[in-house]
Amino acid sequence: MQTAFGIALDALAYGMVLFIISIGLSVMLGLMRVVNLAHGAFAMVGGYFASYVTGQLGFGYGVAIAIAVVMSIVVLFPLEVLLYRRIYAASELTQVLMTIGITFVVIGLMNYAFGPTMKMIAVPDLISGPVDLGIRSVPAHRLFVIVCGVVIASGLWFMMEKTTFGIKLRATVDNPAMAAALGVRTEWIYASTFALAVALGAFGGVVGAEILPIEPYYALRYMVTFLVVVSIGGAGSILGALVASLGLGLIDTVGKYFIPNLGEFFFYFAVVIIVLVFPKGLLGRAHA
Amino acid sequence: MTSASIADSVKEKKTTALSSDLIGTLAIAVLGGAAYVVFPDDLGLLTRILAAAFFVLSLCLVTGICGIATLGHAVMYGAGAYAAGYFCVQGLTDPIALIVVGAMAGAVMGAVSGAIILRTSGLPQLVLSIALVQLMHAAANKASSITGGSDGLIGISPAPVLGLFAFDFYGRTAYLFGLVLLVCVFAVLQRLVRSPFGLLCRGIMQDRVRVAAMGVSVYPVLIRMYTISGAVAGIGGALIAIATGVVGLDSVSFAWSAEALVMLVLGGASSLYGALIGTVVFMTFEHFVSAASPFHWLAIVGALLIAVVLFLPKGLQSFPARFLVKLRGGRRDHSS
Repeated sequence: MQTAFGIALDALAYGMVLFIISIGLSVMLGLMRVVNLAHGAFAMVGGYFASYVTGQLGFGYGVAIAIAVVMSIVVLFPLEVLLYRRIYAASELTQVLMTIGITFVVIGLMNYAFGPTMKMIAVPDLISGPVDLGIRSVPAHRLFVIVCGVVIASGLWFMMEKTTFGIKLRATVDNPAMAAALGVRTEWIYASTFALAVALGAFGGVVGAEILPIEPYYALRYMVTFLVVVSIGGAGSILGALVASLGLGLIDTVGKYFIPNLGEFFFYFAVVIIVLVFPKGLLGRAHA
Repeated sequence: MTSASIADSVKEKKTTALSSDLIGTLAIAVLGGAAYVVFPDDLGLLTRILAAAFFVLSLCLVTGICGIATLGHAVMYGAGAYAAGYFCVQGLTDPIALIVVGAMAGAVMGAVSGAIILRTSGLPQLVLSIALVQLMHAAANKASSITGGSDGLIGISPAPVLGLFAFDFYGRTAYLFGLVLLVCVFAVLQRLVRSPFGLLCRGIMQDRVRVAAMGVSVYPVLIRMYTISGAVAGIGGALIAIATGVVGLDSVSFAWSAEALVMLVLGGASSLYGALIGTVVFMTFEHFVSAASPFHWLAIVGALLIAVVLFLPKGLQSFPARFLVKLRGGRRDHSS
């Protein structure tokens, strides 16, 4: 019982980290139709900044998160104007190559700037210790990540469904030409969505650093995982990404726990089956 | 224009195509031979380039000719390498037989993975190809009794080629064996690409719906091309197994698949020559820069990739073609 609870909590926390990072990719894929393999690099940039701010500059965790997110947007936003804008309408192959190229450059530059070592992000005592839940005591960080995931999911849902920006965004997803004709500045929508995706990626990279450690090849190592989550959830669907993240988190954690040698095999076998049965993703809509 | 003159011009075009194919193949043989003479101390690297050339040529067949984006092509390369290695350890040591074994294993893997990947298109296809290569990677890691797991499959010692040329310490035999293979395979692939079947595949890339409307069932055609591509990749894998005597897990990895795609696009995806040029340029630079600093190497490759996508969508091979066009006074040559 206690073991089952522990596994479930680990799976939930892992799934939430996947969700927080991948949801930005999902929104970008749904709106701009760009297969962005560099999304892991966004998270990595956030993680590197946070590690620098907590380690070298000695700021607190909350400040580090804020600085990391803002700095990531500042550093990465020019890419939207210079590079991404050119590939929104391009073929998947072009998008894949361009974004792999961006990933390589980011890995090279980040390691040149901050040094090729594992990056630690110091977490405050409040969330580093154990918390007693009655059944058993659990690491507080797991709970913190889960809360973050829930907040992000509901915040995004509110933004998409209830705000003017969300309405314009959904209109642009459905029909960019018609939305533009009705006075929606689609370029501005694309740019702000890109910034949002960077922010979510960087935030996820920082708060998930305990579970997906920030290391020199982070962007390459988890590139596939994030893409898989989005592909299974369905592009642009918040609920889909949440279901896919939690489901894959569960499969991965349970698989690694019970059959450690075959964990990865189990994970990708499930991916192949799910993608074959639901090529548009569990909750995705057909692309126009 | 009379029908006779049309027939004449078609015939003429065919002969010029044949002779340019012949010149290209000879050029590869001559350049390969020259590399053997000029760089006698780097035959290990040159042999690895040859093996990679098979792999990238095979990717060219599906990505450049059929327009299928895949990030999991190493399943076929790995299948060829492990099959050749396994059979050699089990006692089948004739190198030519091992190449055939590798080609067959690659073809089977190509048919199977193609049958899965080609059911979808776009992002799901990409994700399926990645998932398959990760799946095979995990399987190869787990089945360590056959593959040696993360230690690699070792103890591959092939017999002399044709019973005459033994594999030596300097890698001379391995390189020349690989070069002869590459020239033969390249000549066959040139014919294949120009054949009605090759043109049909190009047609599918340009407009799948239209080809289907002409009465072709697209799925089997693509699977056939995927199988051929698998055989070519399998030959590359078998060659590296024979030449180095060891097969590692990295031969069936996502990274190796992505690298092949980078090499292909660097050279020019839609041309077999582009595949070769991209391989030689990438592997040579990697050898020298990556040894100095892996992160500089990544940054350089990334910047190059971005530049090629933005400014040179047909790859490095379009440089001389552009130059020739200028030389001929702007006459467009659309044979690329």
